[in-house]
Amino acid sequence: MSKEGVIYRISGPVVTATGMSAGMYDVVRVGDEGLMGEVIELHGEKAVIQVYEDTSGIRPGEPVINTGETLSVSLGPGLLTQIYDGIQRPLPTLEEVMGVFITRGVDADAFDLEKKWTFEAVVEKGAAVEGGQVIGHVQETETIVHKIMVPPTMSGVVKNIKSGDFNVTETVCTLEDGSEIQMMQKWPVRTPRPYRQKYAPDTPLITGMRILDFLFPLAKGGAAGIPGPFGSGKTVTQQSLAKYSDAQIVVYIGCGERGNEMTEVLDEFPHLIDPNTGKPLMNRTVMIANTSNMPVAAREASVYTGITIAEYFRDMGYDVALMADSTSRWAEAMREISSRLEEMPGEEGYPAYLSSRIAEFYERAGRVETKNGDDGSVTVIGAVSPPGGDISEPVSQGTLRIVKVFWGLDAGLARQRHFPAINWLNSYSLYPQSLNQWFRDNIAQDFPEIRTQISGLLQIEAELQEIVQLVGSDALPVDQQLTLEVARMIREFFLQQNGFHDVDAYCDINLQYSMSKAILSFQEAAKNAMAAGAQLNDVVNVPARTALMRGRFEKGYIDTIDDMVKTMVDEIGATVEDN
Amino acid sequence: MTGKEYRTITDVKGPLVFLNKTEPVAFGEIVTIRLADGSIKNGQVLDTSDDLVIVQVFEGTAKIDRTAGVTFMGDVFKLPVSKDLVGRILDGAGRPRDGGPDIVAEENADIIGAAINPFSRQSPHDFIQTGISAIDCCTTLVRGQKLPIFSASGLPHNDIALQIARQAKLKGSDEQFIVVFCAMGITAEEYNFFRSDLERTGALENAALFVNLADDPAVERIITPRLALTAAEYLAFEHDYHVLVIYTDMTNYCDALRQIGAAREEVPGRRGYPGYMYTDLAMLYERAGIVKGKKGSITQFPILTMPGDDITHPIPDLSGYITEGQIVISRELHQQGIYPPINVLPSLSRLMGSCIGADTTREDHKSVSDQMYAAYAQGRELRGLVAIVGEDALNERDKQLLDFSGVFEDRFLRQSRDEDRSIDETLDLCWELMSSIDTKYLVRLDQKWIEKYHPDNKA
Ligand SMILES: Nc1ncnc2c1ncn2[C@@H]1O[C@H](COP(=O)(O)OP(=O)(O)O)[C@@H](O)[C@H]1O
Ligand SMILES: [Mg+2]
Repeated sequence: MSKEGVIYRISGPVVTATGMSAGMYDVVRVGDEGLMGEVIELHGEKAVIQVYEDTSGIRPGEPVINTGETLSVSLGPGLLTQIYDGIQRPLPTLEEVMGVFITRGVDADAFDLEKKWTFEAVVEKGAAVEGGQVIGHVQETETIVHKIMVPPTMSGVVKNIKSGDFNVTETVCTLEDGSEIQMMQKWPVRTPRPYRQKYAPDTPLITGMRILDFLFPLAKGGAAGIPGPFGSGKTVTQQSLAKYSDAQIVVYIGCGERGNEMTEVLDEFPHLIDPNTGKPLMNRTVMIANTSNMPVAAREASVYTGITIAEYFRDMGYDVALMADSTSRWAEAMREISSRLEEMPGEEGYPAYLSSRIAEFYERAGRVETKNGDDGSVTVIGAVSPPGGDISEPVSQGTLRIVKVFWGLDAGLARQRHFPAINWLNSYSLYPQSLNQWFRDNIAQDFPEIRTQISGLLQIEAELQEIVQLVGSDALPVDQQLTLEVARMIREFFLQQNGFHDVDAYCDINLQYSMSKAILSFQEAAKNAMAAGAQLNDVVNVPARTALMRGRFEKGYIDTIDDMVKTMVDEIGATVEDN
Repeated sequence: MTGKEYRTITDVKGPLVFLNKTEPVAFGEIVTIRLADGSIKNGQVLDTSDDLVIVQVFEGTAKIDRTAGVTFMGDVFKLPVSKDLVGRILDGAGRPRDGGPDIVAEENADIIGAAINPFSRQSPHDFIQTGISAIDCCTTLVRGQKLPIFSASGLPHNDIALQIARQAKLKGSDEQFIVVFCAMGITAEEYNFFRSDLERTGALENAALFVNLADDPAVERIITPRLALTAAEYLAFEHDYHVLVIYTDMTNYCDALRQIGAAREEVPGRRGYPGYMYTDLAMLYERAGIVKGKKGSITQFPILTMPGDDITHPIPDLSGYITEGQIVISRELHQQGIYPPINVLPSLSRLMGSCIGADTTREDHKSVSDQMYAAYAQGRELRGLVAIVGEDALNERDKQLLDFSGVFEDRFLRQSRDEDRSIDETLDLCWELMSSIDTKYLVRLDQKWIEKYHPDNKA
């Protein structure tokens, strides 16, 4: 058999070829137009191929050529600020070649192969280097130094290395055995990149969203799932994470979702300032956009393309956050391909290997010691789109079995315009234990205890609300009515956070702590005042409390909040005398 | 290749014809089938191999037998497009239905439509005033948006769609939309309703209609919206028109998809609909938008009827996951005699944020809309409580909110079928109605807007 075969059958994105020698996951060129595809199954002498472009008009008998490569991404300077499709073709290049509509049969380099980057060697001639070791630096964007590493499978003694201006395919370093190292390397997307060891996460990914950081924190190197019905806030949450979280690198995958949402990111990010560096957000961002109307097989590949890029930056010692919106579309792509293969379906038509694929994907998250000996992490946050919002379905369940953080979006809250519409009663994070020390050391000694008090109040509220539904709130004793007011304050002042507000969309973690203390101060002051005879209504309506609550919409709140709390406490104290 | 006629049909099943011993046939190729009586049916290749070809027949497979002659046309489905489509009525397969001449093609366009490069899109931001308060205030429509109407049988979604088609305009501009109307499996009566309304208002001259009715072939519905969108793209991106595509009823479209899936013995997804329905619908809905360097735009108004009024049914559910919001029609409001019976609470315009404010609608719009929504939501919730504990158990604030919810429905939602309210009229009406609530309870309103717009301060 040869490298070249012919098409035997075409059924949507799945093409069968005969007469071609092929291995699993080989990349092939299909038909006269040379459409890109990947071998996904072998049957005797037939190779089944998923094709990454539209197959209309292709006929049996057209050629199929095996490139002998496996599906890989190109890694090197030029990744940042770029937007790719699911198989790493840069969308701006596609626009240049094809115009505004994506046609097919066009190949495009992942980045500009001509562009010269200033390479600064950090090892010297004679140094023994191993796979993954950093040998040089390139200032890729204003904020990010791109570290050039020895490809993971290579090692030896440096024979020659030079600083200077090079393009990504020029050799910058030669080893004694003659192997040459360029700034660009390739890595097969379906294989995790190697590292020395995995560590238990101990640092939170600070997101600036109060409900996440305070109640359900995610660790750097951890994994979180965000399931929710349409319109509940998956995309806004993911975009907020991309904007504000304190990751050094962000990989944002738009997987089978809306085109305009990617456009929005493209419009906004170059102008938005990263609160952590003060520089435009785009500097740290790589985007992958395989929207719902783009070929379904490339959608399947897009999450692997994304996570491989994330691992690559992790290997440089960076904290990387990857958002995939939505993993359900990836799972559906698997289902579609699987059904074309006439595989025996598992639950709801998904292939039987669905949950293992989901688990393998999230397992690529983690905090690691890199092969260079640095600390790096990949945090993965996957949106899940359960049909009808019912999370008993296979993708949600497969995700919940593996992730340690569950941010459950709730249609009811979204309908009340309570945003982020994360349900505080059923969401969870399994990380607080491992992160408590960090919060004690870096924010406040009593941080974990305050968290417990706040979430305790929300629990009590839920129980009280059941009674209120039956008898009305006036029938409750006043101390319970006060508890309801405190809980309302937690919800409206603390949990609610408009993702589009100029000031409040991002809340510093220290400010989060101050705000939570402010609520407890209110509770305390109100309790004392009421014990001394004050009326609940007067206590709740002191003007300074309203001012305190509105303060979060103003800049500089972190400096004024303590005084505002004092004024509130004084005014509440005064309601006793008024009485 | 064209011309050679095969008589090698082996099986016929549902809308599908299976045949063998062909020369290589292209995936997606167009097929004609000639029956013994000389009549012709059309179809498209769904699966092709050296041994077997599967053809989906648009007109249904009635009367097809093994002697029928099958000819492959050598190309995928194309629509002859031209500016002359405007003012024409075509059937669900793109043939004239108005007795007029064939369309003389300026171009033959592939009806599948290529995906717009996300990098080449332009974010929609132009406010479209529909003259319907509930939409303009609470779920604002943006030019280039895809905003479906989630309705159910027996509700006045058609009236609403037509009212929008009649009244939609950019604020301060007379520029009209070209309407591309696509009927999928609706009744002749519904169709006549649309048609005569478009005729009455003169809009028909500025419209292109693609019509597949209830008694037309079901499988043809798979291509009808693709024809309509191909025409829309041509008019928008080659001739700079702003196109409003109304298609109804998506539910019939999805049922046709299900029928094909079943005949192919595919593993069904939820409620028997194919697992790829999300992708399939996305390939229609995502053909809305604005692209860089082109003056025109495509705004989509798909209408779907939710089986059993159930918003979690796969058709509204998958649609909601793709479209940029939804306008939900409520049976309850309809039964109260309110037109348009739009339930703003589950309705949403995802693009609203980009098109409201001082430069486009009015500076207080966001604040007003949030407050109207919040107050109505709370008022509605209180209705439930009142039913249990009685109105006397409510405090002053709750009483005001409860009353407001009634006024909201009666005066804000309710308007006549030809009432075209400007955005200023709508927002002024909001202030008037909200003034029945004590300002200290109107916490979502900015103080500065209260000072400027509240009736107490205006007088
Ligand atoms: N954090 C938030 N702040 C403000 N508005 C929000 C927030 N989250 C969601 N929304 C509102 O809800 C709408 C739908 O959110 P989106 O994230 O697109 O939902 P999903 O991706 O779950 O379908 C948004 O257009 C916005 O109006
Ligand atoms: Mg979304």
